[in-house]
Amino acid sequence: MSAIGIPSASAARDRRQPGWRAWALLAPMVLWLALFVIIPGLILIVYSFCERDEVGGVIFAFNADNYRRVFEPVYLRIFARSIGYAGLTTAICVVLGYPVACYIARAGEQLRNRLLLLVMVPFWTSFLIRTYAWMTILKQEGLLNGLLQAAGAGFGPLNLLYTPTAVVIGLVYAYLPFMILPVYGSAEKLDNSLIEAAHDLGAGPVRAFSAVIVPLTLPGIAAGTLLVFVPAIGMFAITDLMGGARVPMIGNVIQNQFLQARDWPFGAALGVVFMLMFALTYALLQRRHASPA
Amino acid sequence: MDWFLRGWTALVFLFLYGPVLVLVACSFNASRLNVVWEGFTLDWYQKLLANAPLLRAAKNSLLIATATAILSVLLGTAGAWLLHRYRYRCSQLIRTIVAIPMVMPEILMGISLLILFATIGLKLGFTTVIIGHVTFSFPFVLIAVQVRLHGLDPALEEAALDLGATPLRAFWLVIVPCLKPAIIAGALMAFTLSMDELIVTFFTRSASAETLPVQVYGMARVGLNPMLNALSTLFILATVAFVLFSEYLRKLSR
Repeated sequence: MSAIGIPSASAARDRRQPGWRAWALLAPMVLWLALFVIIPGLILIVYSFCERDEVGGVIFAFNADNYRRVFEPVYLRIFARSIGYAGLTTAICVVLGYPVACYIARAGEQLRNRLLLLVMVPFWTSFLIRTYAWMTILKQEGLLNGLLQAAGAGFGPLNLLYTPTAVVIGLVYAYLPFMILPVYGSAEKLDNSLIEAAHDLGAGPVRAFSAVIVPLTLPGIAAGTLLVFVPAIGMFAITDLMGGARVPMIGNVIQNQFLQARDWPFGAALGVVFMLMFALTYALLQRRHASPA
Repeated sequence: MDWFLRGWTALVFLFLYGPVLVLVACSFNASRLNVVWEGFTLDWYQKLLANAPLLRAAKNSLLIATATAILSVLLGTAGAWLLHRYRYRCSQLIRTIVAIPMVMPEILMGISLLILFATIGLKLGFTTVIIGHVTFSFPFVLIAVQVRLHGLDPALEEAALDLGATPLRAFWLVIVPCLKPAIIAGALMAFTLSMDELIVTFFTRSASAETLPVQVYGMARVGLNPMLNALSTLFILATVAFVLFSEYLRKLSR
């Protein structure tokens, strides 16, 4: 299936068995991954079973107290809220981004390339700057209130920043390009003749859309969900800037345990639960991803 | 159907670009508040260039991003080539692990690296920030180079070997020049990722190794500051230049 026409069989035959030198050359990367990806993950798990002492140090007492605390109502509510906000963000991103991805996929080559560039710019612009842009618009003496007053609104300036709505706007604004690109990726591969076949077989536009187009672009939606939903759960900077710490999400709590409260073991336990959620979402989406093919 | 898709796309692009354009316009506005236009000014840019903490943070960021780009290119290019060329016993496992830093939520990478550094007693500072940045950047370089390698004719290397080059010489004189567009694109990507990164840095920095995003985040939390409009505008310009240049490289490599 290689695009440039090298049969994969010959490429595989071509691959040499590595000698000690090839192993030695690969060693830095393997060591790097072991030292900075695998081992930190394992230490995180170990820490989650520890206890903190009075000065914020760590005592290696292996018990599940931290996990019992994670399941206290306070934290369960924060987990539920994080999932709710992230889910809402993902849904809005799908609704906003899906038609855009389809339009780009069906456009002529020149227009398509231009539109893709237009998606790439926000994709690569720091979310911090894009969040800041919304802060200047939503704040009390900001653009939106200014426009409303100028238009002669019969009410005082609205309190828009530091509200749940502001948090969702910030999250959608930050993650929308991460939904458009993967959906575009699968919409672009869509074979037009399949849609024509659906029409020929008597399907109306709605039926063709729901029975042919959506299932075939599901892998793109799944990939986009992984790139939007999971990061949005753990995001603390946007919730902090747009929500003013009034709507703490799980990322804010973890950040707080590590940098202010200095209860690392409890923070680690929250992190492990979050990691499990990530792994679960990943596994679920992978299975969805694999089944239609 | 078509007019709906076109209209929707236009609205979404308006949503994506409107706030950013407002920000750019505000950076030239003489008013502290963004509501009324009080005339064109470059004052905020002047103030920005006179702000010592921001300048120091910018210098730190450039230093860290440069180191990140260099290390990521070394790790990523070597990794992509070796995994492409040799059949290691656990190639598949290595590939899977390489993908983890690209999809793992940044906060998890941040806290687990923080715990690691505390455990082994490595003091937080430039080294720890660079380690974090390289960890999430080099997989992107690896993927970019891998894509290019798939399109490469294996006969190129064979010819070099037949003519008596050692594998290392063949790699340096034949393969690397072919990979150049992908390596440059990967280096740029790593540089940009590093310049923009906030979350992992937030956990692995020290007061003396503040980066620009950490500094901006601190300022934005306190409130709005017209200087940040100017700084954001510069960032946006740099991003536009980066995207256009990457597109140029992509066209070049086809």
